[in-house]
Amino acid sequence: MTSFDAIVIGAGHNGLAAATRLAKGGRKVLVLEAANEPGGATRGREFAPGFRSAGLAHLVNRLDAEVARDLGLDLAGGETLLPTTVLDGSGKAVVLKGAYGETIDGVSAEEAAAFAAMRTKLAFQAGVLKRFLRRPPPQIGAIALGDFATFAAAGLGLIRKGRSEGRDFLRMLLMNVADVADEYLTDDRLKGLVAFDATLGVHLGPRSPTSLLGLYYRLTGDVAGKTGGQYVPSGGMASVAPAFVRAAEKAGVTIRCGTPVGRILADRGRTSGVVTRDGTEITAPIVVSAIHPQTTFLNLVDPAESGTGFVRSVKNVRSYGNVAKLDLALDSVPNFEGLPAAARNGRIVLVRSMQQVESAFNPAKYGEFSTDPVMEITLPSLADPSLALAGGCTLSALVQYAPYRLKAGWEAGKPAFLKIVLETLERHAPGIGKSVVAASLMTPVDIEAEYNLPGGHWHHGELQADQLLINRPTSAASGYKTPIEGLYLASAGAHPGGGISGLPGWNAARHILSGAKA
Amino acid sequence: MNAMTKSAAELRRAARDHIRLPRLETPFHDRLMALSEVNDWYNWAGYKAPHSLFDGELEYFAIRSTAALFDISPMVKYRITGADAERYLNRLTLRDVRKLGVNRVHYTAWCDDHGHVLDDGTLFRLGEQEFRLCCQERHLPWLLDSAFGFSVDIREETEEIAGLALQGPTSHAVLRDAGFVGTEKLKPFDIATFPHEDGTVTISRTGFTGDLGYELFVPRAKALSLWDRLWNAGQEHAIRAIGFGALDQARIETGFIVANADFVTAEGALRADRVRMPDEIGLEWLVDPDKPNFNGRRAILDARRNQTLKHILVGLEIEGNIPAEHALVYHRQKHEAGLVTAAIWSPTAKRNIAIASLERPYGSKFTDDLWVEIYAMRELKYQKMMKRAKIVPRPFVKLARRTATPPGLK
Repeated sequence: MTSFDAIVIGAGHNGLAAATRLAKGGRKVLVLEAANEPGGATRGREFAPGFRSAGLAHLVNRLDAEVARDLGLDLAGGETLLPTTVLDGSGKAVVLKGAYGETIDGVSAEEAAAFAAMRTKLAFQAGVLKRFLRRPPPQIGAIALGDFATFAAAGLGLIRKGRSEGRDFLRMLLMNVADVADEYLTDDRLKGLVAFDATLGVHLGPRSPTSLLGLYYRLTGDVAGKTGGQYVPSGGMASVAPAFVRAAEKAGVTIRCGTPVGRILADRGRTSGVVTRDGTEITAPIVVSAIHPQTTFLNLVDPAESGTGFVRSVKNVRSYGNVAKLDLALDSVPNFEGLPAAARNGRIVLVRSMQQVESAFNPAKYGEFSTDPVMEITLPSLADPSLALAGGCTLSALVQYAPYRLKAGWEAGKPAFLKIVLETLERHAPGIGKSVVAASLMTPVDIEAEYNLPGGHWHHGELQADQLLINRPTSAASGYKTPIEGLYLASAGAHPGGGISGLPGWNAARHILSGAKA
Repeated sequence: MNAMTKSAAELRRAARDHIRLPRLETPFHDRLMALSEVNDWYNWAGYKAPHSLFDGELEYFAIRSTAALFDISPMVKYRITGADAERYLNRLTLRDVRKLGVNRVHYTAWCDDHGHVLDDGTLFRLGEQEFRLCCQERHLPWLLDSAFGFSVDIREETEEIAGLALQGPTSHAVLRDAGFVGTEKLKPFDIATFPHEDGTVTISRTGFTGDLGYELFVPRAKALSLWDRLWNAGQEHAIRAIGFGALDQARIETGFIVANADFVTAEGALRADRVRMPDEIGLEWLVDPDKPNFNGRRAILDARRNQTLKHILVGLEIEGNIPAEHALVYHRQKHEAGLVTAAIWSPTAKRNIAIASLERPYGSKFTDDLWVEIYAMRELKYQKMMKRAKIVPRPFVKLARRTATPPGLK
């Protein structure tokens, strides 16, 4: 039997990024994937005969350029940034072009200038935070030289622009997005958009404290060097997973699908490999867990191997999803009122105002779904016609809020919520209801089951101030290393967090290769 | 005010009734109250417990010369049962529970993830899957959180179970005359059950005195009848009820430590530097690196390897006869080296003894030329004394009768 230097659990994009980097660093790497094909949350699925969904993610907006270059990802299309169109139902669209609205159509010149000012401010501040993304978070008690360099660079970056920028950064860092939007903007649609973008995927409303962090997080991502840009690769989102797989295989990584891990071997604080669910023991000195940290430590590692305090903190990681994923099979391309034809291939956000987002969040606090939800939409088959039957079209939407722990239970709630979502769509695209061939709504509970994501949370844990950096997923496991020697975390649950960035996996692998003490 | 609000107020008052009795009474309270001549009570974990009942010195000599009866009911007790009980406790505590046989007791301690001691206590193995953990502080949240992933049931039974310590050279004679047949077979740390009324009493050959002695546990309802049974049989053997003052002297002679007296427990410490690792309070011998993983293992072994242990617990013999309680310890009479946590003039060893916590390298590398500064208040004036102290092994008092089996009768 071949022996491996490292076993990576989970062939999501982060697992593959970690595996590829490790393999390029000279390690013999085996990736074990529970599903029958690799890709994780970017894994596509047929949701109706002849109609495919490309996976959970429907846009690329933070794939790290250095990661892509280092891994050798052959994803094209990043040079074409896609627009975002805000539709409020009035038929008058606001279109943000370039990277997060470098230019804007559909608002007054003053409003466009105000948005530009806010965008510049937030992009600058996100730039300060961005320095921390490509390295492990600083470890309290063991601050490394590189940490000082990062702190110093961040500090210099602030001072360079003058004292008032530094003050503003500290003032705004933990603000809510609503207050910031009110400071700069007057147009409800633009306010609604930033409110939506800041809160998508987290359990916060725009007026919840610290909600601005969500927008910062989005703006720490860039495409082709452009902050806040978004694109769909040539060949569609379905080409993302294969690109990661190709890179991994080229680097010599062995990927075994349909091989769920049953247990991570650990004895007195050191791992020695894994046991697959069928009972096969595979040994390796390094195990990289690119799945949810809670699955890792509550299900796969014997709790006896972790400290009580550590298990307690892992259990306390908040990881309840709030977003439902809708895939529609349509017999024709839908017609959204006011949507310019040139913006059809981009992102469409259905939101009227910031207040709508806030009101949509209210029921989620009490375990109910929004009756007037907000959502972002793409039409994936435009970029990848193979996703739909000839002449047809697919629609992908991320709808919030849809709390994982629905008081009434999702069995009863799902048809009711789907009806609301379809009615919302019908208002913006009259006739769409009639063209629906099939609809697949995945609630967080479905997402949990389909993608093995506890809580159905695609960030593998809330992306909020208390679960970031040195506290992601929890302080004792925040630097990719864990209390179990040889066991590392490399999923979105690790720093810096979710989204298709490749950074958690790539950072983890670099940390392992650096030989830093486990 | 209508009738409804009035009754609600009454209900509220009734629900607060416990504040009328801020100290709980132990199951033996009636007997202790009747015997108390000096009314010298203290607060033991929320219970009214005697510091002394008639004369501290005579109570001490009951431990060392005849038989002493001490109410240990306020000791916190947990019942841990289930298929994973052994594995659970092995992860929780420092010693290897797999080596603890059924009907055996061992002294142990447990730590948090950082290797800081949460408490020490005794673990009773009452069955293959049944344990009782006795300790000073309360730990239910910690014990319950530790149970994640284990099939165990954890119940606090402090209130339900009454406990008595019967200690001293004639303690076995008392048991024998009280009609507990077969107690002579109990070796130190053995447990057995004996009939009492229509139930049973669990007797272990354990104690906190370093003397021959036993601990007895019964359900609360059987407490007084057990007391009376021992008390009546003990008359021939000069049995005395004692308070904590006497026990404290005996435990210092034996070198036993008390949580939150000789060290601050990790969950109780308010100051970050007050917590202690096992090796810093003389409990390094409990740590078993070869057994499966346990809480604090990595931190403890790291601290050993990196030599980052900061403190050490030592036994001291101090010249003179003035107890050096809470005195500062010096090296070469000028460098502060630590603090005495407990000290007495030992009536049995006839030595001035102390337990002290020193800051390494004092006590580890520098073991000579140690001094303690005793402040003795003499008629509103401190008499300051710098006394020579010598590190000596614990226990200060070692008694052959503690372990002799079958035990002596006088």
